Amino acid sequence: MLKSDRVFGLVVVLVALAYIASAFQIQTSFMSDPVGSKTFPILLGAVSALCGAVMILRPDDEPAWPGPLTLLKLAAAVAVLVAYAYSLKPFGFLLPTAVAASVLSYQIQARPVFNALAGIALSAGLFVLFKYALGLGLVPFPKGLI
Amino acid sequence: MDLLANLALGFSVALSPWTLMLAVIGCFLGTIIGALPGLGPSNGVAILIPLTFSLGLDATSALVLMTSVYYGAMYGGRISSILLNIPGDEPALMTTLDGYPMAKQGRAGDALVISGVASFVGAFLATIGLMLLAPILANVAYLFGPAEYFALYLLAFSTLGGIASNNQAKAALASCIGLAIAMIGLDNTSGMPRFTFGNLHLMDGVDFLVAIVGLFAIAEVFVFIESHGKSSSIGVALKKVTIPVRDIAASTWTMLRASLVGFVAGVLPGAGASLGSFLAYMSEKSIDNGRSGFGTGAPRGVAAPEAGNNAAAGGALVPMLTLGVPGSGTTAVLLALLMTLNITPGPTLFTDRPEVVWGLIASLLIANFVLLLMNVPLVKIFVRVLQVPPAVLLPGVTMISFVGIFSLSGSYFDLLLMVAFGVLGYVLRKLDVPTVPIILGILLGNHMEDALRRAMVLSDGDAMFLFSSPISIGLWIAAIAGFVAPMFLRRFLKKPQAVTD
Repeated sequence: MLKSDRVFGLVVVLVALAYIASAFQIQTSFMSDPVGSKTFPILLGAVSALCGAVMILRPDDEPAWPGPLTLLKLAAAVAVLVAYAYSLKPFGFLLPTAVAASVLSYQIQARPVFNALAGIALSAGLFVLFKYALGLGLVPFPKGLI
Repeated sequence: MDLLANLALGFSVALSPWTLMLAVIGCFLGTIIGALPGLGPSNGVAILIPLTFSLGLDATSALVLMTSVYYGAMYGGRISSILLNIPGDEPALMTTLDGYPMAKQGRAGDALVISGVASFVGAFLATIGLMLLAPILANVAYLFGPAEYFALYLLAFSTLGGIASNNQAKAALASCIGLAIAMIGLDNTSGMPRFTFGNLHLMDGVDFLVAIVGLFAIAEVFVFIESHGKSSSIGVALKKVTIPVRDIAASTWTMLRASLVGFVAGVLPGAGASLGSFLAYMSEKSIDNGRSGFGTGAPRGVAAPEAGNNAAAGGALVPMLTLGVPGSGTTAVLLALLMTLNITPGPTLFTDRPEVVWGLIASLLIANFVLLLMNVPLVKIFVRVLQVPPAVLLPGVTMISFVGIFSLSGSYFDLLLMVAFGVLGYVLRKLDVPTVPIILGILLGNHMEDALRRAMVLSDGDAMFLFSSPISIGLWIAAIAGFVAPMFLRRFLKKPQAVTD
């Protein structure tokens, strides 16, 4: 039967094998200790592969995975976070933070007006906290605007 | 007296107005963090570390601030356990078993006061224990060579995984993931890059703070998105808070016994606070033998896990400070803090930087009294915190995490890595793979490998050197027993499940 644990165990075994393979590629310098740079990673890979195999052979009960809609929401949340990471520098702190916080807030509890207000308040509040109370050098607006 | 002289040194550091202020701020923040559902001691301390670092506090101040937060979060965790039936983190789960039923019977105030006093007793006794035991263990730790350290790290991983998880394979895998991630970057011994795949960002290795914040804080956001913040609405109202003298008097022995059990559980490397509160609750339950109705709202059922939990939190500091091996998830995070501050925990810490160690211990004692004050008379203030809706709290946590990590390095790469760790943390939590061993692995990976390599250099490649001293043989046996024993004990020691409405 196809269980999450089996799928995950298979992924673990494959990744562990790849890890071992790339451990063999590690360049060693001419002077080396008895253990060397490769042994410990190879050992780790082997133990991981063993754990993966155990998971394939003796999977636990199936966890309750979220439905397709929730998965979509989670994917959207990841996308928002990635976009937020990229926009912090070019767009300054305030705008991206307000948008990202509002979207996340909406995903946890959908009340649009409340979410927008929460996002704006969080953005402004955290900016004041970071900039003036903690003295971090944040850029509030995109550079071109000021 | 050596101890008194050391304590005097400690208090001279801790009683300066600046340190005292930090301790009070830390306690306050910590209690709030603990009380907020969805923020436990581990992720609370995790998101604060980058900020503390960028504030440029010196080592002692930063340590005092963060350990106050740690103790505070341990106290605060009981508030959401009792009123909302939501444990802030794993050790607080035991408090919900009797705390929530008690709150439903209209005795929420009593439960909060009893658990506050129990927390104080546990934490206070544990701090005394820490004071007495840590210097002794530090002396023993001088006998540790690389072979012993390697065995000790192994013991930490096997007990941490073995006891805290339901599946040994998954626990061992988690440790391996962490250790494997630690291998990324420049090899300490040869100076050659490993697993960097030509990526310059990976040359320095994966910053453990990025991993911690991702696995703990960002993963929590995904969990909340999945549950749509459902778990937040129900709760029990808090009426008048009076001091239930009779219940406290009746549970004096419970608190003392639970503190002892918790402290011992905390000192064991890798076992930690979850085990402390679990054992304290279970042993009190069996001593009680069904007379006062454990599980239906018995005051002693509230006192035992809280005393055990807080005593374990103090006990966990013993191996963390003397050996550099944390005893729980949160102490792993504190170890990360020490490493960020360039303090190497271990026996030399007690001789080289006594002001750090004893200043820390003295401020823990002070923090305890501050926390008792905050958590018994002023508990109503913190109860307000529970009304913060998750739809505001979790975006806030995310933004704080981003700013914290961004302020460390200013690179997109770390932020993306943090999000990736968040996704990984979510998936692993779904699959019931514990995440704490991953953190421990990233923190200790290079130390563990170095210990192995140095041991092999000393013995010129003879693997039997790893089992050459009584200490290391003892540690190996304990490690194997700690990993294997739970497989058999699990049948008898079933974790009690949370109360459902």
